Amino acid sequence: MSLNRKYIPIVVTILLFIVMFTAGSFRYTGFFSLQVLMNLLIDNAFLLITAVGMSFVILSGGIDLSVGSVIALSTMVSAGLVQQQGWPPAVVIPLVLLMGAVFGTLMGAMIHYFAIQPFIVTLAGMFLARGLCYVISIDTITIDHSFYTAMAQTRIPLPGGSFLSISAVIALLAVAAAIFTAHYTRFGRNVYALGGNEQSSLLMGLPVARTKVLVYTLSGFCSALAGVVFTFYMLSGYGLHAVGFELDTIAAVVIGGTLLTGGVGYVLGTFFGVLIQGVIQTIISFEGTLSSWWTKIVIGLLLFIFILLQRVLSSRRLTVKE
Amino acid sequence: MSTQMPILQMTGIHKRFPGVKALTDVKLRLYPGEVHALMGENGAGKSTLIKVLTGVYSIDEGLVEMDGTPVSIHSPQDSQAAGISTVYQEVNLCPNLSVAENIFIGREPRRFGCIQWKEMNLRAAELLTERMNLHIDVTLPLHSYSVAVQQLVAIARALNISAKVLILDEPTSSLDQNEVDQLFRIMRKLQQEGLSILFVTHFLDQMYEISDRVTILRGGELVGEYMAKELSRLDLVLKMIGKELHLLEELPVLAAEDQHSLGDELIRAEGLGRKGGIEPFDLSIRKGEVVGLAGLLGSGRTEAARLFFGADKPDFGQVTLPASGGGVHSPREAIGRRIAFCSENRKTEGIIGDLTVRENIILALQAKDGMFRTISRKRQEELAGEYIRMLNINPPSPDQLIKNLSGGNQQKVLLARWLLTEPQLFILDEPTRGIDIGAKAEIQKLVLTLSRQGMSFLFISSELEEVLRVSDRIAILRDRRKVKEISEKDMSQQQIMQAIAGG
Repeated sequence: MSLNRKYIPIVVTILLFIVMFTAGSFRYTGFFSLQVLMNLLIDNAFLLITAVGMSFVILSGGIDLSVGSVIALSTMVSAGLVQQQGWPPAVVIPLVLLMGAVFGTLMGAMIHYFAIQPFIVTLAGMFLARGLCYVISIDTITIDHSFYTAMAQTRIPLPGGSFLSISAVIALLAVAAAIFTAHYTRFGRNVYALGGNEQSSLLMGLPVARTKVLVYTLSGFCSALAGVVFTFYMLSGYGLHAVGFELDTIAAVVIGGTLLTGGVGYVLGTFFGVLIQGVIQTIISFEGTLSSWWTKIVIGLLLFIFILLQRVLSSRRLTVKE
Repeated sequence: MSTQMPILQMTGIHKRFPGVKALTDVKLRLYPGEVHALMGENGAGKSTLIKVLTGVYSIDEGLVEMDGTPVSIHSPQDSQAAGISTVYQEVNLCPNLSVAENIFIGREPRRFGCIQWKEMNLRAAELLTERMNLHIDVTLPLHSYSVAVQQLVAIARALNISAKVLILDEPTSSLDQNEVDQLFRIMRKLQQEGLSILFVTHFLDQMYEISDRVTILRGGELVGEYMAKELSRLDLVLKMIGKELHLLEELPVLAAEDQHSLGDELIRAEGLGRKGGIEPFDLSIRKGEVVGLAGLLGSGRTEAARLFFGADKPDFGQVTLPASGGGVHSPREAIGRRIAFCSENRKTEGIIGDLTVRENIILALQAKDGMFRTISRKRQEELAGEYIRMLNINPPSPDQLIKNLSGGNQQKVLLARWLLTEPQLFILDEPTRGIDIGAKAEIQKLVLTLSRQGMSFLFISSELEEVLRVSDRIAILRDRRKVKEISEKDMSQQQIMQAIAGG
């Protein structure tokens, strides 16, 4: 066998992206350009950042439903402090990131030390963070601070006349850092081990408690960072930002080839999972006549296909074992 | 060898659990470069002894010395630090990680905090080739390899943590003969390199093949330590089961005293077998007959019973019911043909702890009738009351949650559940394990009474005495093979012991 079986899902994801992008290029004039590709990154920067954190959570065998709400809370806290209290962004942004990380740590600690299912704990976290948004304000708070508008408008020129936004660069850095963490640090490998078999990890003497809590810290931090990037994009804070976004994130991770049971998958797969979602939206906007709800329909179908693919691959794996 | 100092010495080990003395004054000595077998039947205390040695449980009383220095072991980490490594029966590795990672995870070679994959793969391949004679691609995930290879990888991990003592906890139970041979070659090689191996097994042949000495436990107490080649098979079995031959001869054999006539053949297994479970065997049971299955732990008793009930798919042969025609292919079909199966895992495959005694009793009958023909509350209470009285279930309250009952009473509730369906054949797998003596006697009596009324039984027990007492005929299993069938008239304990010991 020339191709290691563990790479099949990620190869399928990458091929799917290439096929979709090629199809779009043939069908629509003006589709095939570097800028369309760059726009995928610009428009989905916050999804990419959240999905990076979610990848670690799912690899460890858990789930984090709070990410959308944490993004909303981050936009709200940023807007509230910058606009209403007049705090400088240099203070507000680190504070928001810290808040996300602490929020994640608390959920992780509850999950590990009280042995509660991550689904329930993060569901509670989701309601809590969403509710806290309205404590700050029930309305949209528009941000017009010069730092935020600068971040929103700055274009980093690339060769060939195309450009990237600062948010997209942050997202790319996050992906690079995550790939390094997943594959070249003990923490990353422990996450994979934990997702593979928690009991074994414990008996092999790995720091299970620390790893599990840190995974949620990381996800909370990524969500807060995505929230900050979201304020650069939307220039507002609002309690209804990113509603249902946790599910888009999970979908991106699964389409990226990560198993929901944990232990198998790649951050690079998540990267392409996000791009696939982006390319579907781009195709639909180029088509012009289709409603944006078609994005959901296509993503739904893709999810079904990927879950089936994973089932087929893992059942074949079991027969090989026997 | 005996002039040497033992590398590991455990003396006066006591371990109590609430209500149970798991280990009483047990000792164990391991010399450098020996393979030492640890043997005993269910409940002998083997696993408890391993677990206190590996720090999973803490020791209540007693001394553990490594190289003559006392060590205190409170966690798996302490045990590893002392030079003791364990490979469990269920391979405790991560199947999703590569072979190399499984050996090195937690101790990966790093430079500036960055894992050196090349170096790790190289060292893993080296370790496996040099010490395990295993030439495999270490970058593939562990699950791409057989259990045997996974076990060798687990051993490699253990060795890499600079072990002086290696504990192998029933490593051969899921391996085929070739794989066992491979494992034994490696064990001999490691032994020559000076490693001490504690080998927990229930296979007699394997014990004799590889071990220098053997320690036998029974009921949490030390029976003794013997040179393997000076201990006959019969003595070994006697020491494990714990009855002197002359004592067994004196036991009353109830079934023999109380002759009763048997009916026609009820069920027949022809060439029935399953790969890795039990080799093909024939066995038929007549109406009103109690057939005992005797053999040591792991001899294939449960596997045979599960095949009879259709719980596992046979690879060979079939089960037929000559009188009614047809066979048994699934538990559902078995229940339809009025076969009942009381599993040995009472907690996980039997009782539903959060339901009441009444609900637990009614379960199988309701399942048999289908969910739309509900049994009225009044009828349920009548039935529950009747069986609570008949089986003397204590406390005699149908609305008690079953998890609050003692083991013996839970077992009786399970019997009631199946008796309610009026089975023609009742398969009992270790019905008296872990229950008190009074309840034991009651269950034995029940089997005898019901068989006189025409019910057939397949009766499995580790206690030979009990099998002898209730059975009309005994089939003897050894090392996953049916080796002998002994009928009532020449049912001598001597003969059964010989058959179990074999060789």
